[in-house]
Amino acid sequence: MSDQHEEAHFCRTAGEKIMFSDAIIDAIKKVQQRYPDQQGAVLPALHIIQKEYGKLTYEAMRFVSQQLRVPESDVFGTATFYSLYRWKNPGRHQIQICHNLSCSLLGAETMIKHLEKKLGVCEGEVTKDGRFSFIRMECIGRCDGAPAMLVGDDYHGELTPEKIDEILKKYE
Amino acid sequence: MEKMLLKRVDIPNSADIDVAMKNGAYSTLATAFGMRPVDVVNEVKRANLRGRGGAGFPTGLKWELCSRVPGSLKYLLCNADEGEPGTFKDRFILLQDPHLLIEGMIISGFAIGAERGYIYLRYEYPTALVVLEKAIEQAYAKGYLGKNILGKGVNFDLSVHRGAGAYICGEETALIESLEGKRGQPRIRPPFPASQGAWRKPTVINNVETLSNIPYLIAMGADAYAKIGAETAPGPKLYGVSGMVNKPGVYELPMGTTLRDIIYTHCGGVRGGKKLKAIIPGGASTPILTEQHLDVTMDFNSLVAAGSMLGSGAVMVMDETVNMVNVAYVLVRFFAHESCGKCTPCREGTSWLYQVYKRLMHGEGKLDDIDLLLYICDTVKGKCFCPLGEGAIQPVLSSIKHFRGDYEQWIKSGKSAHV
Repeated sequence: MSDQHEEAHFCRTAGEKIMFSDAIIDAIKKVQQRYPDQQGAVLPALHIIQKEYGKLTYEAMRFVSQQLRVPESDVFGTATFYSLYRWKNPGRHQIQICHNLSCSLLGAETMIKHLEKKLGVCEGEVTKDGRFSFIRMECIGRCDGAPAMLVGDDYHGELTPEKIDEILKKYE
Repeated sequence: MEKMLLKRVDIPNSADIDVAMKNGAYSTLATAFGMRPVDVVNEVKRANLRGRGGAGFPTGLKWELCSRVPGSLKYLLCNADEGEPGTFKDRFILLQDPHLLIEGMIISGFAIGAERGYIYLRYEYPTALVVLEKAIEQAYAKGYLGKNILGKGVNFDLSVHRGAGAYICGEETALIESLEGKRGQPRIRPPFPASQGAWRKPTVINNVETLSNIPYLIAMGADAYAKIGAETAPGPKLYGVSGMVNKPGVYELPMGTTLRDIIYTHCGGVRGGKKLKAIIPGGASTPILTEQHLDVTMDFNSLVAAGSMLGSGAVMVMDETVNMVNVAYVLVRFFAHESCGKCTPCREGTSWLYQVYKRLMHGEGKLDDIDLLLYICDTVKGKCFCPLGEGAIQPVLSSIKHFRGDYEQWIKSGKSAHV
């Protein structure tokens, strides 16, 4: 996690009003109604921005802080605590491949090596054409289909190197 | 045993409210609302339902503690964080039968006096998020959620709160912190969530499977329910079996089915006819068992007696080809990644363990490292806020206890496995 944060460019823009689109403001206002206080909406607000832009930035955190009237330090603390808020853009299709025990017993490491070779990138990197990036995951709850991965939101299980090749063809 | 929890799972399109209702969904609401809330609590107490998330705390007792706290604002949280490696049982309900969970939450909210509920869903279940949000929308449209449900003056609002990738948020007080928009770090107890939980209001947190038991328990009554499975913890149990078995999957069986039955009768035995070596009975943080434990019944008390825990009922099966040093390495890597950093023994201990295992896996281990691992475990044991640290040392302690030979052989061989 810490490596990712070092790479993120947190440029300070004190005093400057940060603006995101009306659609994002509305979505955050809507989700706020679910919680008895403003801070409750921090996680969903960050999700909304990450979904739209693919990653979070320092500006995004400041914006959430301003929208929800929660101290910047608290938003920053929350956003950097969780593994699946991202600080750099993933590929068009983010591959999340499990390397925990059930998948590992049935060959997850072989699949990961195959992915690295096939895509020509290491964990966390994006392919040159911007099509794919991949990260290792700690149990994606698909142990019955081990070894398993998610491509975007799609689940693929019982992987073999050949099956991975076929699956990747489906994503442009 | 006839399926209860998974009854609707195989019906096509069962996540749709009309299909679910045709097959009995929401039919227990009227029965529950015809009772006094305290009677619903007592029914659950009498049935001796124990939480299916891992700790096995009596659900009725948890409810009673919360319902007795004065004040009208209370919360009901559903723990759908399902992050324990090897666990995937709740996914079946979340994806295939969300209305069972929603019905269970409405009844539970009614019993404890909570009019607001949240389902804390792990980030790694993107499809379940879509299914749940649609199901909740449908339940609102039919009047099962919102104000004055069934015209009985019962109110219940429900929404999904999506996590962001943190195993620790499955721990109930960390889950609350995360729901409140904070870092998911556990709180000290007392106060227990039943008196001061989410936003400092009385709160009950139950697992998906626990809440999904409620409609059936109320419909059949405590007496009939208590006759299913083990006497000390009755009811149906979802066992999620993975690893080296022929038919991995989720099996709904009476609580207290033996490991042998689960692995050999239901899962078709070990893959490739190989010999069984080790079993993790309840997810990554439960101690590893061996072939000699095959006849242990899978319920809370029996597994404790056997030196392990039921946990989430996530059975992971390993055959004779598996190197147990590698197994412990994979699990320790996980715990080191997921330690929230609040308590020094856990934060440092898990990462030291990981360093030592990395050394072992790279073929640079020494025989003394086995004792070093045990020493590090001792510095973690009993010194942490929450059960994560305690869970992290279980794969180490139990793998050394049962498979010390694997360690010695691996270290002496000087082999390295670059993982």
